[in-house]
Amino acid sequence: MSGPRNPVLLGLTVAAAVAIAATGFVGEAPNRLVSGRPIALWDAVDGPTLACIAALGLALAAAAFLRQSRRLLGMTIVGAAGLLLLLLYGAGEAATSLAVGASPAARTSLGPAFWIASLCAALAIIDALQRLDARPLLRLMVALAAIGLIGVMAAHGLFDSLSIMREYAIRRASFAAEFGRHCALVFGALVPAVAIGVPLGLLAARRPRRRAGIFSALNLLQTIPSVAMFGLLIAPLSALAVSVPALGAIGVRGIGAAPAVVALVLYSLLPVVRNTETGIAAVDPAVIETAIGMGMTPRQIFWRIELPLGLPVFLAGLRIVMVQAIGLAVVAALVGAGGLGSFVFQGLGQYAIDLILLGALPTIFLALAADFAMRLLITLAARRRSP
Amino acid sequence: MIELRNVVKEYGGKRVVDDVSFTVGRGQFCVLVGSSGSGKSTTLKLVNRLVPLTSGAIRVGGEDIAQVPPEALRRRIGYAIQSIGLFPHWSVERNIATVPRLLKWPEARIAERVRDLMALVRLEEEHRRKYPHQLSGGQQQRVGLARALAADPEVLLMDEPLGALDPITRQALADELARIHAATGKTILFVTHDMDEALRLADIVAILHDGQLVQFGSPRDILEHPAGDFVRDLVGRSEAGLKLLALSPVSERLRRGEISAGEPVDPALSLRDALAQMILRRADRLPVADAEGGVAGSVLLADLVR
Repeated sequence: MSGPRNPVLLGLTVAAAVAIAATGFVGEAPNRLVSGRPIALWDAVDGPTLACIAALGLALAAAAFLRQSRRLLGMTIVGAAGLLLLLLYGAGEAATSLAVGASPAARTSLGPAFWIASLCAALAIIDALQRLDARPLLRLMVALAAIGLIGVMAAHGLFDSLSIMREYAIRRASFAAEFGRHCALVFGALVPAVAIGVPLGLLAARRPRRRAGIFSALNLLQTIPSVAMFGLLIAPLSALAVSVPALGAIGVRGIGAAPAVVALVLYSLLPVVRNTETGIAAVDPAVIETAIGMGMTPRQIFWRIELPLGLPVFLAGLRIVMVQAIGLAVVAALVGAGGLGSFVFQGLGQYAIDLILLGALPTIFLALAADFAMRLLITLAARRRSP
Repeated sequence: MIELRNVVKEYGGKRVVDDVSFTVGRGQFCVLVGSSGSGKSTTLKLVNRLVPLTSGAIRVGGEDIAQVPPEALRRRIGYAIQSIGLFPHWSVERNIATVPRLLKWPEARIAERVRDLMALVRLEEEHRRKYPHQLSGGQQQRVGLARALAADPEVLLMDEPLGALDPITRQALADELARIHAATGKTILFVTHDMDEALRLADIVAILHDGQLVQFGSPRDILEHPAGDFVRDLVGRSEAGLKLLALSPVSERLRRGEISAGEPVDPALSLRDALAQMILRRADRLPVADAEGGVAGSVLLADLVR
C-alpha cells in the first residue's frame, strides 16, 4: 500500500484531531458577556462518549487507506454522520454536567474544537456523497436523517444548557417571528424579482440591441454595497409614502420592510435577467428554426421549446438569487426590516457571541437548505437532456 | 404543385434571389443545386414563409401562400434541415408527433401514425421512447424525416438534409429517400450543393447561380445540354459522360439472347457500373440476369456509347 486512497478523508480526520488536541471543545464563562475558559474534549465529556468519538475518528482515518468501494463510502457516510451526532451529544452532555451547581448566569458555549471537528465530519459526508455520485434522493435522505436525529436530541433537552440554546430559550417567541419574517422578506423579494426579471431577460434575448443597456444598468446596481443600498432607499421611499398616501397606507415607509424588499429585488434582478437571457439564447438556433418551420406559433415555441430547454439555466439563476437574498436579508435588519439579522445586530451591540450565532446559524441553515432544494430541482429539470 | 413566379428576395438592397420562376409538378422530386450564396436555401425558405418575399408570387397546391396564415401553411408543408433540429427534451415519438399534435389529432391516430412512420423510415420500434442524443446521426435524420412527413403534407421542403452525415450513411439515406419518394408520391423540393446527389435523386433539377435560375430541366437534359460554362463546370466537364451513363440501367441497352461468359449482372445496375465491371473483368460484354435468376442476354461495350 502506497499512501492513502482518499487523501481528503485523511486530511479531514487529521484536521479534526489537531483541533481537538489544541483547542477547547466547550468554553465555560461566569456570564454571557465575558469570554470563557476553554475546556478540552477529554475533560468535557464522559469516558464512553470520548471512547466512541476516538474510535470513530480512528476508523475514518483507517478508511482513507482502503479501496474506496461503494460499500466503504456508504460506511464512511454513516461513520462521519455518527461522529457529527456524537460531537453534538458530547457538547450537550458537557453543558448539562457543567450546569450542575453553577450559577444561573454561567454559560457553556461551543469551542473551536467542536466547530472544526463538526465541519470536518460534515465535509467528509459531502465528499463521500460526491465520490458515490449519489443521486439527489439519497442526498436528501442523508440530510433528512441527520436533521431528524439532531431534532430528536434537541427535543430531549440535550442542548438546553448550551449558551446558544439559553439565548434561544429567552427569545423563543421572537425567534419564531423573526425567522418567519426573514423568510417573508426573501420570498417577498423573489416574486417581484422573477416577475420583473424574466420579461427583462426575454427582452434582452429577443432584442440584442437592448441587451447591453439592460446589463450595464443591472451591473451598476450590483456594485452598490448592501448597507449603502438600504440607506439610499430610505429618502426616496419616505418621499413616496408622503406624496402617495395610498402607498403609505399599505406600509410603504422609509424604514421597515419596504426598503429591504426593494433592495433585495434590485440585487436579485441581475442573476434572474442574466440566466433567463442565457437560458433562452443557449437554445440551438436549428431547434428554433425547425419549430417555426413545423408551424409553431411564437407562444408555442416559448412554452414548449424555449422554456423547458432554458429552465435548468434559469433555475441556476434562481438558486443564486435565493442564497444571496437569504444572506442579504440579514443586513436588512439595519433599516428596521427585522428578520434573523436583528439577533445578529443585537448580539453585536451587546458583544454576545451566542446571540450573534442565534441569528447567523439559522441563516446559514436556510441558505444551505435553499441551495440544496434548488440543486435538486435543477437536476430534475435537466434530466434526459443531451450532454 | 409548387409554382414560383418572378420571385425576388432582397436583403438591404442586394438581390439574393433574382427573378426566379419555375413550376414543380405533383409528385416530382425537384432538386435545387448551386454553390453557397447562390440563393438556393433562401428560395426554399420563401416557400414556407420562413423568409418573406420581396416581390413575385409563390403558389402551393394552387393557393397563393401570401393568402394563408404562415403557421397554417407550415403545418401542411414538411420541413427537414441539415442540422435536423430535433427537440432534445422530447422522445423520438414526441418529436415525430410534433405537427399532428399542433393539428390536435386524436391520441390514437397520432400513435398509429408514429408507428407507421417509424416503419417507413426504417427506425426500430425500440427507439420510440429514446431521446435524440441517444441516437446516431443517421438515426436522428430518419427521425427528422419522419417528423417532416408526420401530418401527411402535400409538399416536403428539405434543406441539405444529408449534408452532415458520413458518406456511407449519406448514400444509404439518399437511397431511402428515393424509396420513400416512390412509396409516398410526395412533391419534394430538395436543396443540395452536391451535383451527384442532385442527379441521383432528381426528376427535375434547378440550377441557381448568384440568385438567378440558370437552368431548369431533367438530369439527362442538364448533362446533355448544359446551359453555359457554369453548368458545364458544375456537372464536371470530363465526367459528364459517365454521369449520363449513371442515369440509365443496364436493362435499357440489353441485347436479348446474346450469350456472354462470366457472372450475370443485375438488370437494374447502372450503365456506369456496367462499364466499371467490363474494365475490371477485361471484357467488352457482360451477361445480364433475368428476374428468374437465369440469363436474359448481354450488354455490349459498343452499345454504351451509342
